[in-house]
Amino acid sequence: MALLDVQNLTVEFPTRRGVLRALDGVSFSIEAGEVLGVVGESGAGKSLTGAAIIGLLEPPGRIAGGRILLEGSRIDDLSQSQLRRIRGRRIGAIFQDPLTTLNPLYSIGRQLIETIRTHLKLSEADARKRAVRWLEEVGIPAAAQRIDAYPHEFSGGQRQRVVIALALCAEPALVIADEPTTALDVSIQAQIIALLKRLARDHGTSVMLITHDMGVIAETADRVAVMYAGRIAEIGPVAEIVRTPAHPYTLGLMGSIPSIEHRVERLAQIDGAMPRLTAIPQGCAFNPRCPRVFARCRIERPDLLPAGATEAACWLHDATIRPLRAAHG
Amino acid sequence: MPAFILSRLLQAIPVLLVVGFIAYAMFAFVGDPVQIMLGQDYTEVQRQALIHDLGLDQPFFVQYAKFMWRAVQGEFGISYRLARPVSGLIAERLPATLELSVTATVLSLAVGLPMGVYTAVYRRSWLARGFMVFSLAGISLPTFLTGILLILCFSVGLGWLPSFGRGEVVHIGAWWTTGFLTLSGIKALILPAITLGLFQMTLIMRLVRAEMLEVLRTDYIKFARARGLTDRSIKFGHALRNTMVPVITIVGLQLGMIVAFSLVTETVFQWPGMGLLFIQSVGVADIPVMSAYLLLIAVVFVVINLVVDLLYYAVDPRLRIERSSAQAGR
Amino acid sequence: MSEARAAGRLARALDSDLFYSFRRSPVAVFSAAMALLLVLGAVLAPLIAPHDPFDLVSLNLMDSLLPPAFLDGGEWTFPLGTDNQGRDMLSGIMYGARISLTVGVSAVLFAVIVGTVLGLLAGYAGEAIDALLMRIADVQLTFPAILIALLVDGVIRAAVPRDVHEQIEVYVLIFAIGISRWPQFARTVRGSTLVERNKDYVMAARVIGLSSVRIMLSHILPNVIGPVLVIFTLTLGLAILDEATLSFLGVGLPPTQPSLGTLIRIGNDFLFSGEWWVTIFPGLALVAMVLSINLLGDWLRDALNPRLR
Repeated sequence: MALLDVQNLTVEFPTRRGVLRALDGVSFSIEAGEVLGVVGESGAGKSLTGAAIIGLLEPPGRIAGGRILLEGSRIDDLSQSQLRRIRGRRIGAIFQDPLTTLNPLYSIGRQLIETIRTHLKLSEADARKRAVRWLEEVGIPAAAQRIDAYPHEFSGGQRQRVVIALALCAEPALVIADEPTTALDVSIQAQIIALLKRLARDHGTSVMLITHDMGVIAETADRVAVMYAGRIAEIGPVAEIVRTPAHPYTLGLMGSIPSIEHRVERLAQIDGAMPRLTAIPQGCAFNPRCPRVFARCRIERPDLLPAGATEAACWLHDATIRPLRAAHG
Repeated sequence: MPAFILSRLLQAIPVLLVVGFIAYAMFAFVGDPVQIMLGQDYTEVQRQALIHDLGLDQPFFVQYAKFMWRAVQGEFGISYRLARPVSGLIAERLPATLELSVTATVLSLAVGLPMGVYTAVYRRSWLARGFMVFSLAGISLPTFLTGILLILCFSVGLGWLPSFGRGEVVHIGAWWTTGFLTLSGIKALILPAITLGLFQMTLIMRLVRAEMLEVLRTDYIKFARARGLTDRSIKFGHALRNTMVPVITIVGLQLGMIVAFSLVTETVFQWPGMGLLFIQSVGVADIPVMSAYLLLIAVVFVVINLVVDLLYYAVDPRLRIERSSAQAGR
Repeated sequence: MSEARAAGRLARALDSDLFYSFRRSPVAVFSAAMALLLVLGAVLAPLIAPHDPFDLVSLNLMDSLLPPAFLDGGEWTFPLGTDNQGRDMLSGIMYGARISLTVGVSAVLFAVIVGTVLGLLAGYAGEAIDALLMRIADVQLTFPAILIALLVDGVIRAAVPRDVHEQIEVYVLIFAIGISRWPQFARTVRGSTLVERNKDYVMAARVIGLSSVRIMLSHILPNVIGPVLVIFTLTLGLAILDEATLSFLGVGLPPTQPSLGTLIRIGNDFLFSGEWWVTIFPGLALVAMVLSINLLGDWLRDALNPRLR
């Protein structure tokens, strides 16, 4: 049984011009101890997937279909108070910007101790000991002294370490890390990723690593899910996806793995931009930009199909090759 | 910490000097003080003597310096209208204004703060919507009309509470008088305090609500939720404390407004305070009283600002730099 | 051709997000209707008011202090009763609202002009002037606007002879209230100016020797029009209250030229003798006016800043 199983997840935003479907039939699973990378351009639905899993979608966004299973039991239909007991305890979360994710008015010790004592039956003194141990584990020097310091007294990289300690201090089985290094200095990014990798290994924690940086994924993840316009375009083991991408979009993304000097923000290999949610084309959402588009792509939407070692939502991998119909047929 | 207070005090000095300058310029240039003080019949000798006494024959900045020096000692000259020293007039009326303002302040904070928190936290509830409608009505209702309506209802209609004056007052010490110690004094205080406090109360409520909603949208609140902290701790611990930081400043300024708006309330209820004195002076251009009131209000504001800064300092650890951590930058 | 374009523009306006949120908000529609009714009543007062309260010849002391028509002793010639000089309350209120609105709108317009000019200057003319202007604004903002208006009014009152003063009181009030409300506008405009100033097109304009001030104006004004409109509406409510308060305190408009505040002041004298209508009706008109303006301002702020909802 997978640790986390997401089945056909659909998230919608009702707006005055109709309902926007931000996630459309997203399915994937994460095994215990596994690191799943989730990549895609901004707006592809990566962060939304994470928010939906921990039940923190911003209203008016809502789960309109599908199921989310944690160790075999549904968590998408739980009440807020039941969900609260899962958050932090069984699923942790790490956010993007460590400068804004810590409460500026509370010492980091107070924030750690409160989180620990919310989930574990520990005395104040024991929780404090545990907090110090976590600070040491994430690499804060002189943790016993610095536990009473306030967030503004730490550097950005150190604050992200504190955030990681906060996310892991109640020993969740899964942690969702949403762009954990994007806001940091390039020189610190590698350290934070290495720390996250080490902690996940030492504690047997599964990680859902959300990023738009294919380089980080290639280094860290066991498997990768590539998202495009609210759907999964391709999912599979990281080595295969990097070496032999099956979806034309993944192929384009691979071209954007940054070399050390220049980070590529846009996909230079693919013309055009991802469609807005209001204007997703019929058929495959990628078809207007796809270099290998054919008639069927403009009519029918492909589901994930086996493509070698990975699965890709692309008609190129349809095993039962049907005769191609004309667009007007 | 002492350095912090000192720098704030130093910043206040130019403000007081500027206000003093305006106050003195009013005194020296608006109308002709000599003419007003002498009345109809006078000789040129008397006139010259008065000009000399007032120091009006000296260079302007010397006059200004002397004015400020006298002001620091509590000397503001003689009222044109009442022909009595302004300092005595103000000392007589200060207790009435302060008692009214403090009562109204406590009232507006005690009611406004909880209402603001409630409307932010339970903003979809009917009670919260009711509070919002009520607050808009409160903001649209001018202070003097609130007073009139209260008088009409509780004095004219029901006859429960007095509509003017301070009731019976008790003397404490050489010059303080209080209405807190007699039943009639407390009854007389009720309507004016509500009148004065209502407008500020609605402002405080709306302000707390807006700040709290802003805080509830921040990343650290989202992160607190993602860690599974209890709703109670998130809303009434993390969010409320962060709301207080900006609220303290603005509430502080609002309290200054209470002192100023007391002049409207005092007029409606014929409350024998400084505000009533000031209004009567504006009507007949009694400049010495006006400039003294102006300076006094400026001092009140400076004091309030200082208290606000100290509170700020207590609430926000980012200002407590004496810990001097090794990591100065980010 | 131009007709088609106008029709297109109208269609676009009706389809805009702002108009959509307006139609969706019953509060906005209601308050707009109320404001419109009051403004029409005030503007058209000389045409539709049943009596002319300034026509001394038509006044009859026999008609003084009549109750409203729906009470015993009331007459339908004076639907809301009369005051102590036999003036029709309804007509008085319509004319009073006219004066209140005139003073309020003019004062805020004055504040907008002063604030915009000083805000542009602060944002554009360099640090020394910026620091000076913003310091003045800060100091002024620590004092309540009503106090500053009172003071300005008091100084002018002391400086000019009494008979002259009575004639120019409307302008004095506009000036006093306007000058007490400029800093907020200046701050908003300055903020946008600082942002725009550093953008490339202003730099480019400078390089090719164009008047960057003119280019900036055409870029800054569209950016600030939203916030300024919101502040304008909310300040208008406050300015009308300022005027009413000053007049109530007896340092605003005289009884010969009564605004709503003056009417309430007159009525205040009859509070204890039972003639409540002399106070309450002008008071209601004032509250209705300010409330509808505040509701509109509140709605406008939320509509232009959807994040806050």
